[in-house]
Amino acid sequence: MMKVFRRSVVALLAAELAMAAHGAAAQSIVLASTTSLQDSGLLANILPTFTTATGIEVRVVAQGTGQALATAARGDADLVLVHDPEAEDKFIAEGHGGERRQIAWNDFVIVGPAGDPAKVGGGHDAVAALGSIEKARAPFVSRGDKSGTDALEKRLWRKVGRQPSLAGGDNWYKDIGGGMGAALNAASGMGAYTLSDRGTWLSFANKADLKVLVEGDPALLNRYDVILLDPKTHPNAKLEPARRLRDWLVSAAGQAAIGAYTKQGQKLFNPSAAAPK
Amino acid sequence: MADFWATIESGEFLRIVALSLGVSLSATSLAVLLGLPLGAALAVFRFPGRRPLVVIVNALLGLPPVVVGLVLYLLLSRSGPLGELGLLFTPAGMVIAQALLATPIVAALVHRAMALLWADYGGALLVDGATRWRAIPTLLVMGRLPVLTAALAGFGRTISEVGAILVVGGNIAGYTRTMTTAIALETSKGNLALALGLGLVLIGISVAVSATAFALTPGDKR
Repeated sequence: MMKVFRRSVVALLAAELAMAAHGAAAQSIVLASTTSLQDSGLLANILPTFTTATGIEVRVVAQGTGQALATAARGDADLVLVHDPEAEDKFIAEGHGGERRQIAWNDFVIVGPAGDPAKVGGGHDAVAALGSIEKARAPFVSRGDKSGTDALEKRLWRKVGRQPSLAGGDNWYKDIGGGMGAALNAASGMGAYTLSDRGTWLSFANKADLKVLVEGDPALLNRYDVILLDPKTHPNAKLEPARRLRDWLVSAAGQAAIGAYTKQGQKLFNPSAAAPK
Repeated sequence: MADFWATIESGEFLRIVALSLGVSLSATSLAVLLGLPLGAALAVFRFPGRRPLVVIVNALLGLPPVVVGLVLYLLLSRSGPLGELGLLFTPAGMVIAQALLATPIVAALVHRAMALLWADYGGALLVDGATRWRAIPTLLVMGRLPVLTAALAGFGRTISEVGAILVVGGNIAGYTRTMTTAIALETSKGNLALALGLGLVLIGISVAVSATAFALTPGDKR
């Protein structure tokens, strides 16, 4: 009886080990990425191709760039794909990140109500537009979440010469502390201006009377970088499958997949691994 | 509306519903497993520290999900003390988070129901020669309807919860995305009609679980 029991325990253990080994073959990695790449639908569109080709399942945790980098720094992700060059520099300088490659770019736009109380429509100068919005005290929605978009907005205000805040008496400046979609929902709800990446804007379905008012400023360039983790700082990360995803994203196949993604006939991301912007 | 039906008919949607139910029912089961004995013990036994424990359990009714999520995140993170378990961004991690939220609800409601029954019948049960230990099953059978309500309240907390599982689960498509996190995501994409439709489906599921639980519980259907 005891023997049978012991044998079945051994058999069970063996089966479990086999399953664990199998689990290791059918790998999965956690990709810390930004809400814009999720909300625009890009990752859901291109990643299945990679998974089919390699058997590596990619689990996307979509957060603002600041939070995504923090998640990776804590060791809870295997690869990062974000869009805030300054925050990325810091991440790499602190020893968390290794190789960085740009995979795509698009641009940011300033959207606002069709009525355009600050008269910024048709402009190509983001700093001047924010200056006009400030003068008109027209409602402006800020992400306030340390995302890549939020970081750019703060840099633009620095160039305006003043960071608006509620504490500073700027009750027209609404710091909502949320993702891009939440900010666009807030802006469309209150007829406010906001800064958005073009991908999220094009795929956003609750535009109400919001429209693109300012675009085409070189300062509004939006670059997406994939960063490998530093193996010395993060030896437990799944570095090998993460590298394979990075390699695929910058490969001809991955770049073609990114370039082929459209929404309502419009291309959302320009592949740029070969010629970084 | 086309969006809504396309979503409902997709395999992804069924997986989301299945995960929502799986995580919530597992968490509720854990909460009942822990909360039922705790609530009953608080009603039947007299021991030092019982009063403060009752106060604590009731205070935990207001446990903020996002704080539970954050604390679990720090514990389960690879650089946290329980990182070795690899539970962050997994359904198992979500079950733990929701069980923590639901256990005080089950315990507090079971305690309240049992305390009333104990006040009425406790003396008689003890006179009949039962020990306090032996009296508990009798009380639970007598109070099965309030106990069921306690379990359903726990389930209600878990199926509707979004703050904790968003932090602990990460809302990963096809893996940790539930009804509530999907609704939050669709809202942020501006797909408000789709989000609302999913919300109605979620309420429907909640009603169905409650109705099933009542149908399966013997006793008068008050």
